[in-house]
Amino acid sequence: MITANGIGFAYGDRVVLDDVDLAAPHGQVLGLVGPNGSGKTTLLRTLYASLRARTGAVLIDGDELGALPAREIARRVAVVVQESSGDLPLLVSDMVLLGRTPHRSGFSRAGREDDRIAADALAQVGALHLATQPFDGLSGGERQRVLIARALAQEASHLLLDEPTNHLDVRYQHEVLDLARQLALTSHRTVIVVLHDLNLAATYCDRVLLLDRGTVVADGTPDVVLDPALLEPVYEVAVQRIDLADGFQLAFRPLRHRLLTVPTHEGSHA
Amino acid sequence: MAVTLDDVTLADPLGRARRRRRNTLAVVALSLVLLLSAVLGVAVGPVWIHPVDVLRIVAAHLGAGDVTALDPVSDAIVWDVRLPRVLLGLAVGAGLAVCGVALQAMVRNMLADPYLLGINSGASSGAAATILFGVGLGIGEHALAASAFLGALGASLLVFVVARAAGRVTSVRLLLAGVAVGYALSAVTSFLIFASGSAEGARSVMFWLLGSLALAQWGGPLAVLLVVVVLTCLVLGAWARRLDALAIGDETAHVLGISPTRFRTQLLVLVSLCIGAVVAAAGSVGFVGLVVPHLARRLVGSAHAWAVPAAALLGATFLLWADLLCRMLLQPRELPVGIVTALVGAPFLLYLIRRLRPAG
Repeated sequence: MITANGIGFAYGDRVVLDDVDLAAPHGQVLGLVGPNGSGKTTLLRTLYASLRARTGAVLIDGDELGALPAREIARRVAVVVQESSGDLPLLVSDMVLLGRTPHRSGFSRAGREDDRIAADALAQVGALHLATQPFDGLSGGERQRVLIARALAQEASHLLLDEPTNHLDVRYQHEVLDLARQLALTSHRTVIVVLHDLNLAATYCDRVLLLDRGTVVADGTPDVVLDPALLEPVYEVAVQRIDLADGFQLAFRPLRHRLLTVPTHEGSHA
Repeated sequence: MAVTLDDVTLADPLGRARRRRRNTLAVVALSLVLLLSAVLGVAVGPVWIHPVDVLRIVAAHLGAGDVTALDPVSDAIVWDVRLPRVLLGLAVGAGLAVCGVALQAMVRNMLADPYLLGINSGASSGAAATILFGVGLGIGEHALAASAFLGALGASLLVFVVARAAGRVTSVRLLLAGVAVGYALSAVTSFLIFASGSAEGARSVMFWLLGSLALAQWGGPLAVLLVVVVLTCLVLGAWARRLDALAIGDETAHVLGISPTRFRTQLLVLVSLCIGAVVAAAGSVGFVGLVVPHLARRLVGSAHAWAVPAAALLGATFLLWADLLCRMLLQPRELPVGIVTALVGAPFLLYLIRRLRPAG
């Protein structure tokens, strides 16, 4: 369970987050959505103390984040962040075993138990066959799955993902989010995911938090939040909602386009 | 194949046991090569001393034999002259190599090397200041190493502050900052030595700029160096996993519970300590920290649990051979060891620059 109250953050004078509240219970997927620059990634980073909120407090299972030691945070919160490993290519197995770091003292090497946990994690994301390959040689989807495996190896009850579907083709986008959803449902984790794609949010999130310029516009079920009336002013596009047998999807057009086809709509072109 | 893939993956799903076997073999082989090189380093010289005699003399001094029964000339050559020199070479090579590994992980860049980053020059300046002004002579024979440490720390902080100015360290900024700081401090060192009127005649400008093992002798400074280098290797080995994480990125280190800023500071202090001790004893030997980590990773992979020990062994061996060349090439004259390491290292640097990715 992660709760945040009154989160504020600024880079210098530029306010990025202003009085943001958030609640992510166990067993659910919370999606953070909003246009570029709305503060969703910044908000996520304040939830694992990568950024320190200027105001407000983040609670992890009731404990104040700022009061927890870095290692304890890493035991409770696993984060999928994509960074290039640059000049020093690690093997996939090393990459996943790094997830055991918060559970080991500095001077002990990874033991059999760690190997087993890492192998399980890789198997869970269907990437065990990649174990002996260099991480840098993997495709985008494979990398993402390996990073999720590393987060799983951390055995944390909270899983945060920052745009995990970036650069992935449609199949892997759905695989990755389906996996995240399974993790929330089956092992009762708290999953928070930053998403660009509102249709993925509609399909895989239990709750959605819509941000615009650092403030919360709406917070609730996808059905409530992903409402064209809410989305249009935020994204400045025309949104049409299409109901399906098992949910809904959104279709987008430029505002100009809609003005041409639906000229009678009450003046959002102002 | 007699075993199926399933058998293998069940017993060793991550392939780590296989790698452990292979890398253990590599480390054992490197240790043997180092041992042979060390014996050869003591045996070879203007007077050839048979390796068996070398071992006998060393054994006698270590308590397994009668020292008084030894041939006094061979004994003096082996025990008083060549063995301290070989030990110095070992320590210098291993120390520079593991510091190279640490710096490269720290800045995520294969071009990082204590010499290229001006850290050696800082150590030289610190040590030279001690010679000229008698700075810190209150602490006796270790003043040189202590001031070299402070010089190294000052130089590395300066380089990193300059290179990080834009938030992240790029290859170009790092190298340019290192070159600038290195040049400035080399000039300071040379000035200090000339200004001192060469009171410490043996440690010439040549010594500080190119490095040399010629001043090796038994005593406190050599002991301190050996202890510092061994400790540095052990600590870096213990930090292997943190080094892996830092080499991926600050954000990755953070989410794994490691404070990247604090860890980087710890590394910088450790590297400065080691480089300070190395430079105080052998001057500024270049390029070992650039060449050796690369070879070590080629041999055992990038995971620091293996790269650190492999680099230590390879670095020690590399410097022994470089010193052997320096002693033999222009007999009876001796080359400073830094000439040989630069002759090997500079082309290697060009090769690495050639391979730099455009984004670097």
